[in-house]
Amino acid sequence: MERPSFATRSVQIGFLAVVAGAWFLATESGSISALFLPKPATVYASFMRLVQTASFWSAVLVTLTTILKAFAIAIIAGILVGYAVTRSKLATQVIEPVISGLFTVPITLFFPMFILFFGIGTGSKVAYGATYAFFPIALNTIAAFATMEERYLRAARSMGAGRFDTFRHVLLPGALPVLITGMRIGFFICFASVLGGETISSVAGIGRNIAHAAELMESARMYAWIVFVIATSVTLNLLVYAFENHIRSR
Amino acid sequence: MSDTVISINNITQRYGAADQPDAVLALDDVSLDIRRGEFVCLLGPSGCGKSTLLNIVGGLFKPTSGTCTVNGRLVDGEPHPDKVAFVFQESTLFPWYTVIENFRIALKFQGIAQAEWDDRAMRALKAVGMASFASHYPEQLSVGMRQRVNMARGICVETEILLMDEPFAALDEQTRMVLGEDLSQLLAATGKTIVFVTHSLAEAVFLSDRIVVMTARPGRIKTIINVNEPHPRSPDFMLEPRFSELRNECYALLRDEIRATMAAQRDPQPQIAGA
Repeated sequence: MERPSFATRSVQIGFLAVVAGAWFLATESGSISALFLPKPATVYASFMRLVQTASFWSAVLVTLTTILKAFAIAIIAGILVGYAVTRSKLATQVIEPVISGLFTVPITLFFPMFILFFGIGTGSKVAYGATYAFFPIALNTIAAFATMEERYLRAARSMGAGRFDTFRHVLLPGALPVLITGMRIGFFICFASVLGGETISSVAGIGRNIAHAAELMESARMYAWIVFVIATSVTLNLLVYAFENHIRSR
Repeated sequence: MSDTVISINNITQRYGAADQPDAVLALDDVSLDIRRGEFVCLLGPSGCGKSTLLNIVGGLFKPTSGTCTVNGRLVDGEPHPDKVAFVFQESTLFPWYTVIENFRIALKFQGIAQAEWDDRAMRALKAVGMASFASHYPEQLSVGMRQRVNMARGICVETEILLMDEPFAALDEQTRMVLGEDLSQLLAATGKTIVFVTHSLAEAVFLSDRIVVMTARPGRIKTIINVNEPHPRSPDFMLEPRFSELRNECYALLRDEIRATMAAQRDPQPQIAGA
Protein backbone atom coordinates (compact mmCIF):
# COMPACT_ATOMS: atom_id res chain seq x y z
CA MET A 1 0.00 0.00 0.00
CA GLU A 2 1.15 3.51 -0.76
CA ARG A 3 2.32 5.66 2.11
CA PRO A 4 -0.16 8.44 2.82
CA SER A 5 1.08 11.74 1.44
CA PHE A 6 1.59 14.88 3.50
CA ALA A 7 -1.62 16.34 2.06
CA THR A 8 -3.64 13.23 2.99
CA ARG A 9 -2.29 13.31 6.52
CA SER A 10 -3.01 17.06 6.82
CA VAL A 11 -6.65 16.57 5.87
CA GLN A 12 -6.98 13.70 8.36
CA ILE A 13 -5.42 15.73 11.19
CA GLY A 14 -7.45 18.75 10.12
CA PHE A 15 -10.64 16.71 10.47
CA LEU A 16 -9.71 15.77 14.05
CA ALA A 17 -8.96 19.43 14.78
CA VAL A 18 -12.38 20.47 13.44
CA VAL A 19 -14.15 17.89 15.63
CA ALA A 20 -12.20 18.99 18.70
CA GLY A 21 -12.81 22.67 17.83
CA ALA A 22 -16.55 22.09 17.38
CA TRP A 23 -16.69 20.32 20.73
CA PHE A 24 -14.86 23.23 22.37
CA LEU A 25 -17.03 25.94 20.76
CA ALA A 26 -20.34 24.15 21.34
CA THR A 27 -19.64 23.71 25.03
CA GLU A 28 -18.02 27.13 25.65
CA SER A 29 -20.87 29.02 23.99
CA GLY A 30 -23.33 27.20 26.22
CA SER A 31 -25.46 26.19 23.24
CA ILE A 32 -25.41 22.59 24.43
CA SER A 33 -26.22 21.36 27.92
CA ALA A 34 -23.24 20.15 29.96
CA LEU A 35 -25.33 17.08 30.78
CA PHE A 36 -25.26 15.94 27.17
CA LEU A 37 -21.77 17.13 26.33
CA PRO A 38 -19.46 18.45 29.05
CA LYS A 39 -16.55 20.78 28.28
CA PRO A 40 -13.30 19.16 27.07
CA ALA A 41 -11.53 20.49 30.19
CA THR A 42 -14.10 18.84 32.46
CA VAL A 43 -13.79 15.54 30.63
CA TYR A 44 -9.99 15.81 30.85
CA ALA A 45 -10.12 16.46 34.60
CA SER A 46 -12.51 13.55 35.01
CA PHE A 47 -10.21 11.32 32.99
CA MET A 48 -7.20 12.26 35.13
CA ARG A 49 -9.17 11.34 38.28
CA LEU A 50 -10.30 8.12 36.64
CA VAL A 51 -6.86 6.79 35.75
CA GLN A 52 -5.77 7.22 39.35
CA THR A 53 -8.37 4.76 40.57
CA ALA A 54 -7.70 1.05 40.86
CA SER A 55 -11.14 0.28 39.42
CA PHE A 56 -10.15 1.96 36.11
CA TRP A 57 -7.30 -0.43 35.56
CA SER A 58 -9.23 -3.48 36.70
CA ALA A 59 -12.02 -2.59 34.23
CA VAL A 60 -9.48 -2.14 31.42
CA LEU A 61 -7.91 -5.47 32.31
CA VAL A 62 -11.28 -7.26 32.31
CA THR A 63 -12.21 -5.85 28.89
CA LEU A 64 -8.81 -6.51 27.31
CA THR A 65 -8.73 -10.10 28.54
CA THR A 66 -12.26 -10.63 27.26
CA ILE A 67 -11.34 -9.22 23.83
CA LEU A 68 -8.18 -11.28 23.60
CA LYS A 69 -9.94 -14.51 24.57
CA ALA A 70 -12.77 -13.87 22.11
CA PHE A 71 -10.31 -12.94 19.36
CA ALA A 72 -8.14 -16.02 19.98
CA ILE A 73 -11.17 -18.30 19.72
CA ALA A 74 -12.37 -16.51 16.56
CA ILE A 75 -8.94 -16.79 14.90
CA ILE A 76 -8.54 -20.48 15.66
CA ALA A 77 -12.09 -21.42 14.69
CA GLY A 78 -12.23 -19.04 11.69
CA ILE A 79 -8.95 -20.13 10.16
CA LEU A 80 -9.52 -23.84 10.78
CA VAL A 81 -13.04 -23.79 9.36
CA GLY A 82 -12.05 -21.48 6.48
CA TYR A 83 -9.04 -23.58 5.50
CA ALA A 84 -10.93 -26.87 5.80
CA VAL A 85 -13.68 -25.52 3.53
CA THR A 86 -11.23 -24.55 0.78
CA ARG A 87 -9.81 -28.08 0.60
CA SER A 88 -12.76 -29.00 -1.59
CA LYS A 89 -14.21 -26.95 -4.44
CA LEU A 90 -17.67 -28.32 -3.69
CA ALA A 91 -17.44 -27.42 0.00
CA THR A 92 -16.31 -23.90 -0.94
CA GLN A 93 -19.29 -23.48 -3.26
CA VAL A 94 -21.75 -24.81 -0.70
CA ILE A 95 -20.43 -23.38 2.57
CA GLU A 96 -19.03 -19.98 1.58
CA PRO A 97 -22.48 -18.47 0.78
CA VAL A 98 -23.85 -19.93 4.01
CA ILE A 99 -21.13 -18.23 6.07
CA SER A 100 -21.59 -14.94 4.20
CA GLY A 101 -25.34 -15.20 4.66
CA LEU A 102 -25.00 -15.80 8.40
CA PHE A 103 -22.63 -12.83 8.63
CA THR A 104 -25.47 -10.51 7.57
CA VAL A 105 -27.64 -11.68 10.49
CA PRO A 106 -27.47 -9.12 13.34
CA ILE A 107 -26.02 -11.40 16.00
CA THR A 108 -26.88 -8.67 18.53
CA LEU A 109 -30.44 -10.04 18.45
CA PHE A 110 -29.13 -13.21 20.05
CA PHE A 111 -27.27 -11.36 22.79
CA PRO A 112 -29.91 -12.30 25.43
CA MET A 113 -29.32 -15.94 24.51
CA PHE A 114 -25.60 -15.52 25.12
CA ILE A 115 -26.43 -14.17 28.59
CA LEU A 116 -28.75 -17.12 29.22
CA PHE A 117 -26.19 -19.67 28.11
CA PHE A 118 -22.99 -18.16 29.47
CA GLY A 119 -24.18 -15.97 32.34
CA ILE A 120 -23.75 -12.28 33.01
CA GLY A 121 -19.98 -12.61 33.63
CA THR A 122 -17.23 -12.28 31.02
CA GLY A 123 -18.04 -15.70 29.47
CA SER A 124 -21.03 -14.36 27.56
CA LYS A 125 -18.98 -11.48 26.13
CA VAL A 126 -16.18 -13.83 25.09
CA ALA A 127 -18.67 -16.05 23.27
CA TYR A 128 -20.48 -13.07 21.72
CA GLY A 129 -17.25 -11.39 20.50
CA ALA A 130 -15.87 -14.69 19.22
CA THR A 131 -19.07 -15.46 17.30
CA TYR A 132 -19.13 -12.03 15.67
CA ALA A 133 -15.42 -12.09 14.74
CA PHE A 134 -15.56 -15.66 13.48
CA PHE A 135 -17.39 -14.68 10.28
CA PRO A 136 -15.02 -12.12 8.74
CA ILE A 137 -12.04 -14.29 9.66
CA ALA A 138 -13.55 -17.45 8.17
CA LEU A 139 -14.70 -15.59 5.02
CA ASN A 140 -11.32 -13.99 4.43
CA THR A 141 -9.58 -17.31 5.08
CA ILE A 142 -11.77 -18.90 2.41
CA ALA A 143 -11.05 -16.03 0.02
CA ALA A 144 -7.33 -16.21 0.80
CA PHE A 145 -6.93 -19.93 0.14
CA ALA A 146 -9.55 -20.42 -2.56
CA THR A 147 -8.08 -17.75 -4.84
CA MET A 148 -4.65 -19.38 -4.85
CA GLU A 149 -3.45 -19.32 -8.44
CA GLU A 150 -3.20 -22.80 -9.94
CA ARG A 151 0.05 -21.88 -11.71
CA TYR A 152 1.97 -21.49 -8.44
CA LEU A 153 0.79 -24.88 -7.24
CA ARG A 154 1.72 -26.47 -10.57
CA ALA A 155 5.18 -24.87 -10.47
CA ALA A 156 5.71 -26.08 -6.91
CA ARG A 157 4.60 -29.59 -7.81
CA SER A 158 6.92 -29.67 -10.82
CA MET A 159 9.80 -28.78 -8.49
CA GLY A 160 8.94 -31.77 -6.32
CA ALA A 161 7.35 -29.92 -3.38
CA GLY A 162 5.54 -32.15 -0.89
CA ARG A 163 2.25 -31.28 0.79
CA PHE A 164 3.79 -29.58 3.80
CA ASP A 165 6.35 -27.64 1.73
CA THR A 166 3.60 -26.48 -0.60
CA PHE A 167 1.55 -25.27 2.35
CA ARG A 168 4.46 -23.59 4.09
CA HIS A 169 6.03 -21.89 1.06
CA VAL A 170 3.21 -21.44 -1.42
CA LEU A 171 -0.29 -21.58 0.07
CA LEU A 172 0.43 -19.77 3.31
CA PRO A 173 2.56 -16.87 2.02
CA GLY A 174 0.15 -16.43 -0.88
CA ALA A 175 -2.82 -16.31 1.48
CA LEU A 176 -1.21 -14.20 4.19
CA PRO A 177 -2.23 -10.68 3.05
CA VAL A 178 -5.93 -11.55 2.80
CA LEU A 179 -5.71 -13.66 5.95
CA ILE A 180 -4.34 -10.66 7.85
CA THR A 181 -7.05 -8.39 6.50
CA GLY A 182 -9.61 -10.86 7.86
CA MET A 183 -7.92 -10.85 11.24
CA ARG A 184 -7.87 -7.04 11.32
CA ILE A 185 -11.57 -6.81 10.53
CA GLY A 186 -12.24 -9.61 12.99
CA PHE A 187 -10.28 -7.85 15.71
CA PHE A 188 -12.22 -4.61 15.46
CA ILE A 189 -15.55 -6.39 15.28
CA CYS A 190 -14.47 -8.31 18.37
CA PHE A 191 -13.45 -5.07 20.09
CA ALA A 192 -16.76 -3.39 19.29
CA SER A 193 -18.96 -6.35 20.18
CA VAL A 194 -17.25 -7.03 23.51
CA LEU A 195 -17.63 -3.36 24.52
CA GLY A 196 -21.19 -3.30 23.23
CA GLY A 197 -22.02 -6.49 25.12
CA GLU A 198 -20.54 -5.08 28.30
CA THR A 199 -22.60 -1.93 27.92
CA ILE A 200 -25.84 -3.87 27.49
CA SER A 201 -25.41 -6.40 30.24
CA SER A 202 -22.42 -7.19 32.42
CA VAL A 203 -20.90 -6.83 35.87
CA ALA A 204 -17.45 -5.52 34.99
CA GLY A 205 -15.34 -4.03 32.22
CA ILE A 206 -15.17 -0.74 30.33
CA GLY A 207 -18.62 -1.04 28.76
CA ARG A 208 -20.17 -1.67 32.17
CA ASN A 209 -18.48 1.46 33.54
CA ILE A 210 -19.74 3.59 30.64
CA ALA A 211 -23.29 2.33 31.15
CA HIS A 212 -22.98 2.90 34.90
CA ALA A 213 -21.72 6.49 34.46
CA ALA A 214 -24.60 7.16 32.07
CA GLU A 215 -27.16 5.77 34.52
CA LEU A 216 -25.82 8.10 37.23
CA MET A 217 -25.83 10.99 34.71
CA GLU A 218 -22.11 11.52 35.30
CA SER A 219 -21.53 12.52 31.72
CA ALA A 220 -17.97 13.81 32.27
CA ARG A 221 -16.92 10.38 33.53
CA MET A 222 -18.79 8.66 30.73
CA TYR A 223 -17.06 10.79 28.10
CA ALA A 224 -13.71 10.23 29.78
CA TRP A 225 -14.24 6.49 29.23
CA ILE A 226 -15.45 7.00 25.68
CA VAL A 227 -12.48 9.17 24.75
CA PHE A 228 -10.21 6.53 26.25
CA VAL A 229 -11.85 3.79 24.14
CA ILE A 230 -11.64 5.87 20.96
CA ALA A 231 -7.97 6.69 21.58
CA THR A 232 -7.20 3.01 22.23
CA SER A 233 -9.07 1.90 19.14
CA VAL A 234 -7.36 4.47 16.90
CA THR A 235 -3.94 3.52 18.26
CA LEU A 236 -4.60 -0.19 17.77
CA ASN A 237 -5.86 0.47 14.26
CA LEU A 238 -2.68 2.36 13.35
CA LEU A 239 -0.53 -0.42 14.78
CA VAL A 240 -2.45 -3.12 12.92
CA TYR A 241 -2.29 -1.15 9.65
CA ALA A 242 1.46 -0.70 10.05
CA PHE A 243 1.82 -4.44 10.63
CA GLU A 244 -0.41 -5.27 7.67
CA ASN A 245 1.55 -2.98 5.35
CA HIS A 246 4.76 -4.52 6.59
CA ILE A 247 3.48 -7.98 5.65
CA ARG A 248 2.17 -6.81 2.28
CA SER A 249 5.35 -5.00 1.34
CA ARG A 250 7.48 -8.10 1.83
CA MET B 1 23.01 -47.45 -23.89
CA SER B 2 20.46 -45.88 -26.14
CA ASP B 3 20.69 -42.24 -27.02
CA THR B 4 16.98 -41.75 -26.49
CA VAL B 5 16.24 -39.81 -23.30
CA ILE B 6 12.53 -39.26 -23.60
CA SER B 7 10.34 -41.88 -25.18
CA ILE B 8 6.68 -41.11 -25.77
CA ASN B 9 4.67 -44.17 -26.80
CA ASN B 10 1.11 -44.07 -28.13
CA ILE B 11 -0.08 -41.40 -25.73
CA THR B 12 -3.78 -40.59 -25.83
CA GLN B 13 -5.37 -38.03 -23.59
CA ARG B 14 -9.10 -37.73 -23.29
CA TYR B 15 -10.98 -35.32 -21.03
CA GLY B 16 -14.32 -36.69 -19.93
CA ALA B 17 -15.67 -40.21 -20.52
CA ALA B 18 -15.34 -41.55 -24.10
CA ASP B 19 -19.08 -42.12 -24.51
CA GLN B 20 -20.02 -38.60 -23.42
CA PRO B 21 -20.81 -36.03 -26.11
CA ASP B 22 -18.66 -33.39 -24.36
CA ALA B 23 -15.59 -35.63 -24.17
CA VAL B 24 -12.54 -33.98 -25.67
CA LEU B 25 -9.79 -35.95 -27.30
CA ALA B 26 -6.74 -33.77 -26.68
CA LEU B 27 -4.02 -36.13 -27.86
CA ASP B 28 -4.54 -39.05 -30.20
CA ASP B 29 -1.90 -41.77 -30.24
CA VAL B 30 1.22 -39.62 -30.15
CA SER B 31 4.64 -41.29 -30.25
CA LEU B 32 7.97 -39.49 -30.26
CA ASP B 33 11.55 -40.22 -29.24
CA ILE B 34 13.80 -37.40 -28.12
CA ARG B 35 17.56 -37.80 -28.13
CA ARG B 36 20.04 -36.63 -25.52
CA GLY B 37 21.02 -32.97 -25.96
CA GLU B 38 18.31 -32.32 -28.51
CA PHE B 39 16.21 -29.17 -28.65
CA VAL B 40 12.70 -30.15 -29.73
CA CYS B 41 9.86 -27.68 -30.27
CA LEU B 42 6.24 -28.72 -30.14
CA LEU B 43 4.50 -26.35 -32.54
CA GLY B 44 0.78 -26.28 -33.11
CA PRO B 45 -2.42 -24.26 -33.00
CA SER B 46 -3.80 -23.40 -29.56
CA GLY B 47 -5.62 -26.28 -27.92
CA CYS B 48 -3.78 -28.95 -29.91
CA GLY B 49 -2.57 -30.62 -26.74
CA LYS B 50 1.08 -29.58 -26.92
CA SER B 51 1.14 -28.33 -23.33
CA THR B 52 -0.76 -31.44 -22.29
CA LEU B 53 1.96 -33.57 -23.85
CA LEU B 54 4.64 -31.59 -22.03
CA ASN B 55 2.81 -31.99 -18.71
CA ILE B 56 2.56 -35.72 -19.28
CA VAL B 57 6.31 -35.96 -19.96
CA GLY B 58 6.96 -33.95 -16.80
CA GLY B 59 4.67 -36.18 -14.75
CA LEU B 60 2.22 -33.42 -13.87
CA PHE B 61 -0.56 -35.65 -15.03
CA LYS B 62 -1.26 -39.14 -16.19
CA PRO B 63 -2.32 -39.84 -19.77
CA THR B 64 -5.54 -41.75 -20.52
CA SER B 65 -3.46 -44.38 -22.26
CA GLY B 66 0.06 -44.83 -23.53
CA THR B 67 3.35 -44.52 -21.70
CA CYS B 68 6.22 -42.12 -21.41
CA THR B 69 9.67 -43.01 -20.17
CA VAL B 70 12.49 -40.67 -19.18
CA ASN B 71 15.92 -42.31 -19.05
CA GLY B 72 14.15 -45.64 -19.23
CA ARG B 73 12.07 -44.88 -16.13
CA LEU B 74 8.32 -44.88 -16.55
CA VAL B 75 6.66 -41.51 -15.87
CA ASP B 76 3.38 -42.30 -14.25
CA GLY B 77 1.80 -39.00 -13.38
CA GLU B 78 4.46 -38.24 -10.78
CA PRO B 79 6.98 -35.41 -11.28
CA HIS B 80 10.63 -36.40 -11.12
CA PRO B 81 12.38 -33.17 -10.25
CA ASP B 82 15.81 -34.79 -10.07
CA LYS B 83 15.70 -35.37 -13.84
CA VAL B 84 13.27 -32.82 -15.20
CA ALA B 85 12.79 -29.12 -14.58
CA PHE B 86 9.91 -27.03 -15.89
CA VAL B 87 10.06 -23.45 -17.05
CA PHE B 88 6.60 -21.92 -17.28
CA GLN B 89 5.70 -18.32 -17.98
CA GLU B 90 7.46 -15.73 -15.86
CA SER B 91 4.32 -15.28 -13.77
CA THR B 92 5.15 -18.51 -11.91
CA LEU B 93 7.87 -16.79 -9.90
CA PHE B 94 6.49 -16.66 -6.35
CA PRO B 95 5.69 -12.97 -5.80
CA TRP B 96 6.06 -13.25 -2.02
CA TYR B 97 9.72 -14.24 -2.30
CA THR B 98 12.69 -12.26 -3.60
CA VAL B 99 14.57 -13.53 -6.64
CA ILE B 100 17.17 -15.36 -4.55
CA GLU B 101 14.48 -16.79 -2.25
CA ASN B 102 12.67 -18.12 -5.32
CA PHE B 103 15.82 -20.02 -6.21
CA ARG B 104 16.37 -21.27 -2.66
CA ILE B 105 12.82 -22.59 -2.53
CA ALA B 106 13.16 -24.33 -5.91
CA LEU B 107 16.39 -25.97 -4.74
CA LYS B 108 14.84 -26.88 -1.40
CA PHE B 109 11.79 -28.44 -3.09
CA GLN B 110 14.10 -30.39 -5.32
CA GLY B 111 16.00 -31.73 -2.31
CA ILE B 112 19.38 -30.04 -2.86
CA ALA B 113 21.58 -29.58 0.24
CA GLN B 114 21.22 -26.11 1.74
CA ALA B 115 24.95 -25.41 1.53
CA GLU B 116 24.70 -25.36 -2.26
CA TRP B 117 21.63 -23.12 -2.60
CA ASP B 118 23.24 -19.69 -2.84
CA ASP B 119 26.16 -20.85 -4.98
CA ARG B 120 23.92 -22.47 -7.53
CA ALA B 121 21.43 -19.62 -7.51
CA MET B 122 24.11 -16.99 -8.10
CA ARG B 123 25.74 -19.06 -10.83
CA ALA B 124 22.43 -19.36 -12.69
CA LEU B 125 21.64 -15.67 -12.16
CA LYS B 126 25.09 -14.68 -13.49
CA ALA B 127 24.50 -16.84 -16.54
CA VAL B 128 21.44 -14.76 -17.45
CA GLY B 129 22.98 -11.48 -16.31
CA MET B 130 20.62 -10.93 -13.41
CA ALA B 131 22.98 -11.40 -10.44
CA SER B 132 22.60 -7.81 -9.27
CA PHE B 133 18.84 -8.25 -8.92
CA ALA B 134 19.01 -11.17 -6.49
CA SER B 135 17.33 -9.30 -3.65
CA HIS B 136 14.55 -7.73 -5.74
CA TYR B 137 10.97 -8.92 -5.65
CA PRO B 138 9.63 -10.18 -9.00
CA GLU B 139 7.17 -7.30 -9.32
CA GLN B 140 10.05 -4.82 -9.13
CA LEU B 141 11.40 -6.25 -12.41
CA SER B 142 10.17 -5.86 -15.98
CA VAL B 143 8.49 -8.82 -17.69
CA GLY B 144 11.65 -9.56 -19.69
CA MET B 145 13.82 -9.47 -16.57
CA ARG B 146 11.38 -11.74 -14.78
CA GLN B 147 11.56 -14.25 -17.60
CA ARG B 148 15.37 -14.22 -17.44
CA VAL B 149 15.14 -14.95 -13.73
CA ASN B 150 12.51 -17.61 -14.34
CA MET B 151 14.70 -19.33 -16.94
CA ALA B 152 17.61 -19.22 -14.53
CA ARG B 153 15.40 -20.79 -11.86
CA GLY B 154 14.77 -23.70 -14.20
CA ILE B 155 18.48 -23.97 -14.96
CA CYS B 156 19.79 -23.76 -11.38
CA VAL B 157 18.33 -27.12 -10.46
CA GLU B 158 20.77 -28.56 -13.02
CA THR B 159 18.53 -31.24 -14.39
CA GLU B 160 19.35 -33.08 -17.58
CA ILE B 161 15.99 -32.24 -19.11
CA LEU B 162 14.24 -28.90 -19.34
CA LEU B 163 10.57 -28.67 -20.31
CA MET B 164 9.55 -25.16 -21.35
CA ASP B 165 5.87 -24.36 -21.64
CA GLU B 166 5.48 -21.24 -23.81
CA PRO B 167 7.91 -19.39 -21.56
CA PHE B 168 8.02 -16.30 -23.76
CA ALA B 169 4.30 -16.02 -24.50
CA ALA B 170 3.80 -12.94 -22.33
CA LEU B 171 6.79 -11.10 -23.81
CA ASP B 172 6.80 -8.57 -26.62
CA GLU B 173 8.39 -9.75 -29.85
CA GLN B 174 11.67 -7.88 -29.47
CA THR B 175 12.32 -9.05 -25.91
CA ARG B 176 11.31 -12.52 -26.98
CA MET B 177 13.92 -12.53 -29.77
CA VAL B 178 16.72 -11.41 -27.48
CA LEU B 179 15.77 -13.96 -24.84
CA GLY B 180 15.63 -16.65 -27.53
CA GLU B 181 19.16 -15.78 -28.61
CA ASP B 182 20.34 -15.86 -24.99
CA LEU B 183 18.62 -19.18 -24.47
CA SER B 184 20.37 -20.66 -27.50
CA GLN B 185 23.77 -19.50 -26.19
CA LEU B 186 23.07 -20.66 -22.67
CA LEU B 187 21.83 -24.09 -23.58
CA ALA B 188 24.54 -24.86 -26.11
CA ALA B 189 26.94 -24.67 -23.19
CA THR B 190 24.98 -27.01 -20.91
CA GLY B 191 24.05 -29.75 -23.39
CA LYS B 192 20.59 -30.16 -21.86
CA THR B 193 17.75 -31.94 -23.57
CA ILE B 194 14.95 -29.46 -24.09
CA VAL B 195 11.32 -29.77 -25.07
CA PHE B 196 9.83 -26.38 -25.82
CA VAL B 197 6.18 -25.63 -26.45
CA THR B 198 5.42 -22.61 -28.57
CA HIS B 199 3.08 -21.25 -31.18
CA SER B 200 5.64 -18.83 -32.54
CA LEU B 201 7.00 -20.03 -35.87
CA ALA B 202 10.17 -17.93 -35.74
CA GLU B 203 10.92 -19.09 -32.22
CA ALA B 204 10.51 -22.73 -33.23
CA VAL B 205 12.83 -22.39 -36.24
CA PHE B 206 15.42 -20.33 -34.40
CA LEU B 207 15.71 -22.60 -31.37
CA SER B 208 15.00 -26.15 -32.48
CA ASP B 209 16.95 -29.07 -33.79
CA ARG B 210 13.61 -30.65 -34.64
CA ILE B 211 10.21 -29.03 -34.93
CA VAL B 212 7.30 -31.32 -34.19
CA VAL B 213 4.32 -29.83 -36.04
CA MET B 214 1.04 -30.90 -34.50
CA THR B 215 -2.47 -31.01 -35.93
CA ALA B 216 -5.54 -29.24 -34.61
CA ARG B 217 -7.48 -31.13 -31.92
CA PRO B 218 -7.22 -34.06 -31.54
CA GLY B 219 -3.47 -33.47 -31.42
CA ARG B 220 -1.40 -35.78 -33.60
CA ILE B 221 2.05 -35.35 -35.01
CA LYS B 222 1.69 -33.98 -38.53
CA THR B 223 5.32 -33.73 -39.59
CA ILE B 224 8.72 -33.36 -38.05
CA ILE B 225 11.02 -30.77 -39.58
CA ASN B 226 14.77 -30.93 -39.08
CA VAL B 227 16.71 -27.70 -38.65
CA ASN B 228 20.31 -28.50 -39.40
CA GLU B 229 22.07 -25.60 -37.80
CA PRO B 230 24.60 -25.98 -34.98
CA HIS B 231 24.06 -24.33 -31.58
CA PRO B 232 24.69 -21.70 -30.35
CA ARG B 233 22.91 -19.90 -33.14
CA SER B 234 23.80 -16.38 -34.06
CA PRO B 235 21.02 -13.86 -34.69
CA ASP B 236 22.32 -13.82 -38.29
CA PHE B 237 20.66 -17.20 -38.75
CA MET B 238 17.34 -15.35 -38.79
CA LEU B 239 18.47 -13.35 -41.80
CA GLU B 240 19.43 -16.36 -43.91
CA PRO B 241 17.06 -17.44 -46.69
CA ARG B 242 17.00 -20.93 -45.16
CA PHE B 243 15.44 -19.49 -42.01
CA SER B 244 12.58 -17.95 -43.99
CA GLU B 245 12.14 -21.14 -46.00
CA LEU B 246 11.80 -23.23 -42.86
CA ARG B 247 9.49 -20.69 -41.31
CA ASN B 248 7.32 -20.69 -44.41
CA GLU B 249 7.31 -24.45 -44.50
CA CYS B 250 6.04 -24.50 -40.91
CA TYR B 251 3.40 -21.93 -41.76
CA ALA B 252 2.20 -23.89 -44.78
CA LEU B 253 1.85 -26.98 -42.58
CA LEU B 254 0.11 -25.12 -39.82
CA ARG B 255 -2.27 -22.96 -41.81
CA ASP B 256 -4.93 -25.62 -42.31
CA GLU B 257 -4.64 -26.67 -38.68
CA ILE B 258 -5.09 -23.11 -37.45
CA ARG B 259 -8.13 -22.76 -39.75
CA ALA B 260 -9.54 -26.02 -38.41
CA THR B 261 -9.11 -24.76 -34.85
CA MET B 262 -10.75 -21.44 -35.63
CA ALA B 263 -13.65 -23.12 -37.45
CA ALA B 264 -14.42 -25.12 -34.33
CA GLN B 265 -14.61 -21.89 -32.33
CA ARG B 266 -17.18 -20.03 -34.47
CA ASP B 267 -20.65 -20.46 -35.97
CA PRO B 268 -20.90 -23.25 -38.53
CA GLN B 269 -20.30 -21.94 -42.04
CA PRO B 270 -23.17 -22.37 -44.55
CA GLN B 271 -22.73 -25.53 -46.62
CA ILE B 272 -22.27 -25.03 -50.32
CA ALA B 273 -24.97 -26.91 -52.25
CA GLY B 274 -23.76 -30.22 -53.61
CA ALA B 275 -20.65 -30.17 -51.44
